[in-house]
Amino acid sequence: MLALTGRMTVKRLRGWGLLAAPGILFLLVLFGWPLADMAILSLTTPSPSNYAVFAESPVYLDAYVTTFVVALVTTGACLLLGYPYAYLMHTGGRTLALILGFFVLLPFWSSILVRTFAWSVWLQDTGIVNTTLLDAGVIDRPLPLIRNALGTTIGMTHVLLPFMVLSLYAGMRRIDPNLTRAAMSLGASPLTAFRRIFLPLSMAGIYAGSLIVLVISLGFYLTPAVLGDPGKPLIGQLIVEQVTGQLNFGVGGALGVVLLVATLAVVWAGTWLVDLRSVMGYEE
Amino acid sequence: MNRFPWKGGLHSVVALIAIFLLLPTLVVIPLSFTEGTLLRWPPRGFSLRWYEILLTDQALRDATLKSLEVGFFTAVAATAIGTSTALGLTRGRFRGRQLTSSLVLSPIVVPTVITAIGTYFVFVRLGIVGTTAGLVLAHTVLALPLVIVSVTNSLRSFDRNLELAAASLGAGPLTTFFRVTLPLIAPGVAASALFAFITSWDEIVVALFITDPVVRTLPVVIFNQVRSGVDPTVAAAATLLILVTVIALGVALLARRRTMT
Amino acid sequence: MTTTRSAGHLEVRGIAKRYDKVSAVDDVSFRMAPGEFLTLLGASGSGKTTTLKIIAGFEAPDSGEVWLGEQPITQLPAHRRNIGVVFQNYALFPHLTAAENIAFPLRVRGIGKAERAKRVRHALATVRLEGTGDRYPRQLSGGQQQRVALARALVFEPQVLLMDEPMGALDKRLREALQLEIMRIHRELGITICYVTHDQEEALVMSDRIAIYDDGRIRQVGTAEELYELPESVFVAEFMGESNVFHGTLDGKGKVGRLIAPRRPPITVSIDGPCPIGDGADAVVVVRPERIRVLRRRRGDSEPEPGRNILTGVVQDVIYLGSDRRYLVALPDGSTCQARVGAAHADPGIGRGDHVELTWDRADAILLEAPAAEREATS
Repeated sequence: MLALTGRMTVKRLRGWGLLAAPGILFLLVLFGWPLADMAILSLTTPSPSNYAVFAESPVYLDAYVTTFVVALVTTGACLLLGYPYAYLMHTGGRTLALILGFFVLLPFWSSILVRTFAWSVWLQDTGIVNTTLLDAGVIDRPLPLIRNALGTTIGMTHVLLPFMVLSLYAGMRRIDPNLTRAAMSLGASPLTAFRRIFLPLSMAGIYAGSLIVLVISLGFYLTPAVLGDPGKPLIGQLIVEQVTGQLNFGVGGALGVVLLVATLAVVWAGTWLVDLRSVMGYEE
Repeated sequence: MNRFPWKGGLHSVVALIAIFLLLPTLVVIPLSFTEGTLLRWPPRGFSLRWYEILLTDQALRDATLKSLEVGFFTAVAATAIGTSTALGLTRGRFRGRQLTSSLVLSPIVVPTVITAIGTYFVFVRLGIVGTTAGLVLAHTVLALPLVIVSVTNSLRSFDRNLELAAASLGAGPLTTFFRVTLPLIAPGVAASALFAFITSWDEIVVALFITDPVVRTLPVVIFNQVRSGVDPTVAAAATLLILVTVIALGVALLARRRTMT
Repeated sequence: MTTTRSAGHLEVRGIAKRYDKVSAVDDVSFRMAPGEFLTLLGASGSGKTTTLKIIAGFEAPDSGEVWLGEQPITQLPAHRRNIGVVFQNYALFPHLTAAENIAFPLRVRGIGKAERAKRVRHALATVRLEGTGDRYPRQLSGGQQQRVALARALVFEPQVLLMDEPMGALDKRLREALQLEIMRIHRELGITICYVTHDQEEALVMSDRIAIYDDGRIRQVGTAEELYELPESVFVAEFMGESNVFHGTLDGKGKVGRLIAPRRPPITVSIDGPCPIGDGADAVVVVRPERIRVLRRRRGDSEPEPGRNILTGVVQDVIYLGSDRRYLVALPDGSTCQARVGAAHADPGIGRGDHVELTWDRADAILLEAPAAEREATS
């Protein structure tokens, strides 16, 4: 009888682990299988020659290069805008943090589609920006703000800025505020204290935010499709075009596999700088 | 304040960034009330005609209902599976637990386009393209990591001494879970359900692949309209999307708040 | 609450627990009489809390057993043990009111509503918290939370109550008041209490017996007086109160031994009584500061009174403490000796730089084996 309860105690401890099983199984079937299927299709429909598209046409390689350039510029823009924002959120007091936080969360959770569509209202030739400038007589013909890399970058920066701000802010909150105070008590000017103490300590947040923004921007489809240059598609658009337009699952799969590998390479490289789970928003 | 002259500059820079974050989205709201037939700035007059069209247009109405339906079931499925997974990964002790807890988050990292075509290939094989169940399954994949992160964080901040206390007071594992653990992480679970709902409600890339002309979600319909000649109905629909998101977000934040205190 | 408890004795037999490769508890055994108040005293990380967790059933020992009365409970899950626990941070359920917290153990035992209400009211009265039952934990002060935690752990009438540093978060005055409160409850209910603390004074005030923990082991169990007067190791001697410790080599000649410290010039400490340690061995002599008398040094060679030991030195510092004076005296070999003299006997004329004689009754010197680490270092 006692031995039985003993075994029950052990089982109870192991039992927690079993609760993870449904989720793992679910993801294996509905996430793992699709990725595997894509890889298999790229090799079998009709043959591995799908990967030869890279040799046949420069379009695909160009698309990867454009995608990476746009992704890097977007990441840089997000960092440039996100850092002062997160810094003020961190240092500006409770009320300000709450207001700025709400301003970030609102677009974070509102539709990418709506935001992209809204940007087209701003940026198109008859949009708000151009109309205003034309009416003011600053310019005499509309500026090319849309259907090019600029439009894509503006739209993507807007979509991804909240990710950057939230990562940076989370990183800053982990910094002991007494450290900057200590630096100033030791004679550092506020600017020096920021540069020598706060900035280095906030690097973890910078790495985390940059990694997540870079990775997400590699796979963008919607924003470049609406705001970008149709003649210079990003890789996401090409993949969609192959699968839904050309119904060429093999080439689409091959392009997808290459993008997946590139993304995972970036993530893997990023994990040298930052703990992946902190990027995902796990606390501690 | 004078000791930090650069602070004033920081405030104005951040104010501009905040405008950059907010304003572009909000512009669709006045546009949805225009009298004109063109989606053009500035809006002319005030009318509710586009909302009338939105509400009477069969396709849009069906799509809205479909989005609500898919969102609801995604929230239910993702929250149930995600909470269970978070419990298993936080509390369980098995080999490869660390690796597994990273891997379950991979749908966040893998580009949605890739998830979308892979899912499409598999759904074609299974013959569930264009079904509500298919949409729910695909959206649950995307929402699951968010639920896992959110619930894991609630569990981490949960004081496990409370469970030991319950045990010392005579409560068995099940009683402890339902009387102590669950009530205390409930706000976090509720918030993650709302996040899962919003994820589905807003999702478009996967939906573009696995919907068909009959079973379509609202973002898919709007996207098709945006691509083929825009009229202000789109602005009305977008305003609706924003409204639903703001409400859901507000509720989620309030729920979070309660966990904090 | 005066129903007779079948207060069985609690016994811990040779329990051991390792985390990864670090030993948290190593071969700990003790036995508590029914109604006894035993304190586990030690520094943080010394294994006292782990012991408590094993008794409560929160951790399974790697080896060893826990007995309650005539029953081994090692395999019993925590919720079947019927042992009350008061946690360090109280672990009050934040979503339940004080009364609901206290009712929790009764509810999970399926006790009816009316009976529950009656017993909760009684428990609140026992800890003198009438009228605060419908408040939530966060609306209560630290002391009140502590009382609620105590009431909750007592309301289901456990045979044994475990308390893990229950006053760690409270300020000193509140702590003293609650100490008396807990002692009153202990007396009134006749419950067996196993109490963990790192606060020596708290242990001295409350306990029937104290177990001194060090590095996962119990060094000594005994009443406060036993531990103070008859420590079995240097660790216990230094842990309980202040002490002067002389290290050296034993020069035992029959009954009266002498300890010769190694430094130059050597100082000699004489010991009275049985000398169980071998001649020529490394040993330690402990002398409590309040056993030492301080006298102004007389001219000529000082001869000790019969049965007393004498050392000479120079006063480095005198600290006035009201009830007594503390002297720090530099000895010829460079070490420092501390003496504490009650106000009635102190010579207020003695100050810094004065040459003094330190004397004590040889019977007051405690001879102990040298600590293991030191024996290794010197050999």
